[in-house]
Amino acid sequence: MSTETGTVAGNDTSRIHNIGYRSYDGVRLGRAYARRSLYSQTLRGSFGLGRSAKSKVLPMLLCGVMCLVSLILVAVAIATPGMTKLPIKYTDFAIYLQAVIGLFIASQAPQAVSRDLRFKSVPLYFSRPIERVDYVLAKFAAMTSALLILTGLPLVILFVGALLAKFDFADQAKGFGQGMVSVALLSVLFAGLGLVVAALTPRRGFGVAAVIAVLTITYGAVSTVQAIAWQTDSAGAITWLGLFSPITLIDGVQTAFLGATSAFPGGDGPGAAAGVVYLLVVLALVAGSYAVLMRRYRRVGL
Amino acid sequence: MTVIATESLSKRFPRVTALDRLSLDIGPGVTGLVGSNGAGKSTLIKILLGLSPATEGRAAVLGLDVATEGAAIRERVGYMPEHDCLPPDVSATEFVVHMARMSGLPPTAARERTADTLRHVGLYEERYRPIGGYSTGMKQRVKLAQALVHDPKLVLLDEPTNGLDPVGRDEMLGLIRRVHTDFGISVLVTSHLLGELERTCDHVVVIDGGALLRSSSTSDFTQITTTLAVEVTDSDTHPDGTDALRRALTGAGVKLVGHDGLDAAGLPGAGHILLVEATGEETYDVVRDSVAGLGLGLIRMEQRRHHIAEVFRTEEAPRAAVAATAGAGQQKGSGRDEH
Ligand SMILES: Nc1ncnc2c1ncn2[C@@H]1O[C@H](COP(=O)(O)OP(=O)(O)OP(=O)(O)O)[C@@H](O)[C@H]1O
Ligand SMILES: [Mg+2]
Repeated sequence: MSTETGTVAGNDTSRIHNIGYRSYDGVRLGRAYARRSLYSQTLRGSFGLGRSAKSKVLPMLLCGVMCLVSLILVAVAIATPGMTKLPIKYTDFAIYLQAVIGLFIASQAPQAVSRDLRFKSVPLYFSRPIERVDYVLAKFAAMTSALLILTGLPLVILFVGALLAKFDFADQAKGFGQGMVSVALLSVLFAGLGLVVAALTPRRGFGVAAVIAVLTITYGAVSTVQAIAWQTDSAGAITWLGLFSPITLIDGVQTAFLGATSAFPGGDGPGAAAGVVYLLVVLALVAGSYAVLMRRYRRVGL
Repeated sequence: MTVIATESLSKRFPRVTALDRLSLDIGPGVTGLVGSNGAGKSTLIKILLGLSPATEGRAAVLGLDVATEGAAIRERVGYMPEHDCLPPDVSATEFVVHMARMSGLPPTAARERTADTLRHVGLYEERYRPIGGYSTGMKQRVKLAQALVHDPKLVLLDEPTNGLDPVGRDEMLGLIRRVHTDFGISVLVTSHLLGELERTCDHVVVIDGGALLRSSSTSDFTQITTTLAVEVTDSDTHPDGTDALRRALTGAGVKLVGHDGLDAAGLPGAGHILLVEATGEETYDVVRDSVAGLGLGLIRMEQRRHHIAEVFRTEEAPRAAVAATAGAGQQKGSGRDEH
């Protein structure tokens, strides 16, 4: 084992810092635990928890804005005499506040995935029991959960407010349920797209810009072309144009299936048949995002 | 007991063969893996971690097959990459705790082990500060700590002395030695410097172009017996002082080692140095008395230990690359032993 000559150099220093090594005989919780730990660390991190005070500012501010808007809506509903329902539909909320949601995912998706890539920490994960699929699933689920908190919390506030205002319970419960399904779909879609863009642009600052670009440029383009189609009386095109931006996809799905009023020009979203196409596109994008992320991490550090 | 075993392990990339039918059998202790840039050291480590499939051949780590039991290997092994891998915006403590949890340690154990491990690698107050402000030496210690935090059976350290100054290098090597002697963890450590591993390792494996050049225990070639290098002046009575002294010493029963080898090695002035095997105090006296008796001037008489580098000079055709990286060793030791 250790030869005479081999220990010569080690000995004098080891005497000095010999403070007794304790081996570890406790439990090793394995992959599922590591995945859960990574999930909770990423989820907390997307609200700045466990990070510097500076990194808490933006996500907390955005979350605050979402909640504040819903509180104002509740206050209006309660204060205005004779109201029988909330000033907006549950499904409208995320569409109106899409810019806030866009900023959130644009700032937090790079935080979730780009750092590990930029600082080359990824090989440290994959040299442990945790595998690529665990890493991708944990990040994807955490980002989805963060968006669900951001978009779901205001709906909960609206629902509680509606109950306090003694609006019709069945009516409100249905609307709330539809709204939650819609934001869940939005969260998983935005998380997937945001993570893909961030994982492909690990350079500092670039990820944020790229995510914003993907969300706003597609929305800007789609809504402009839709407006032109509306003015040139080609209403049929409006329905299909909505397939080309994330937020109009969600708008389409919730108009077709979740009782929402479309924000498309003319208020005329897809019907059930076109709605199926919308839903399939959303699901394909989510699956595609997962596949791209898995690919992205295939050769990292190898 | 075998810690790492490979059997005609090959790894071919489209344009290069990174590993070429490498067969190794590495036991517990500290093993050095030496090779010049591109020799295939990092490639071997990635295969051993089960992260990159071999093109051909087999490998086992701690008795587990790398192709099928990679997950089990990664639970028991620690890995320190050669490149930077630390985020600058978190503290060493936060980072190592996170990595401990990724290895499956429960939260409390992860915190305790992190505190212990950082202390063992010599990080104290600074461990609460963001890593971005650390020196290269401190960063290397954090990288080592994350490889040790889950108390593995074996650590694979890829060029841990990279970027360190001579003092930092020595400290890191001392630390690596302790990982085995005090922590009981086997170590595979890579370097492209042959010289620096000999004091640290029990065993050295040299690869070049992905093929095995040599695998030996360091005790095989780092001799425990001391060799004295003696250099003398010539005088009028003895125009070849060195030769006269050699004869006198041989007559006195002192054993000389490898004078001819020195000529073969072609070292400047090598022909004027006599290598004397010192069996004890009395050898020094014999040499001194012989030199005085011949009326020669003693230029120097010094102790030296054999260096790994010398072993490779005895190979028929040492690869230029290895010989070059062993340069440091050549200057110090210039003898040739019986290998
Ligand atoms: N993913 C890869 N694709 C193609 N070639 C590769 C890949 N990884 C390594 N190689 C090649 O394989 C050879 C061995 O590389 P490796 O990184 O194992 O060397 P090394 O001994 O670690 O060198 P260094 O001292 O520079 O770290 C090199 O020629 C390298 O270019
Ligand atoms: Mg390497």
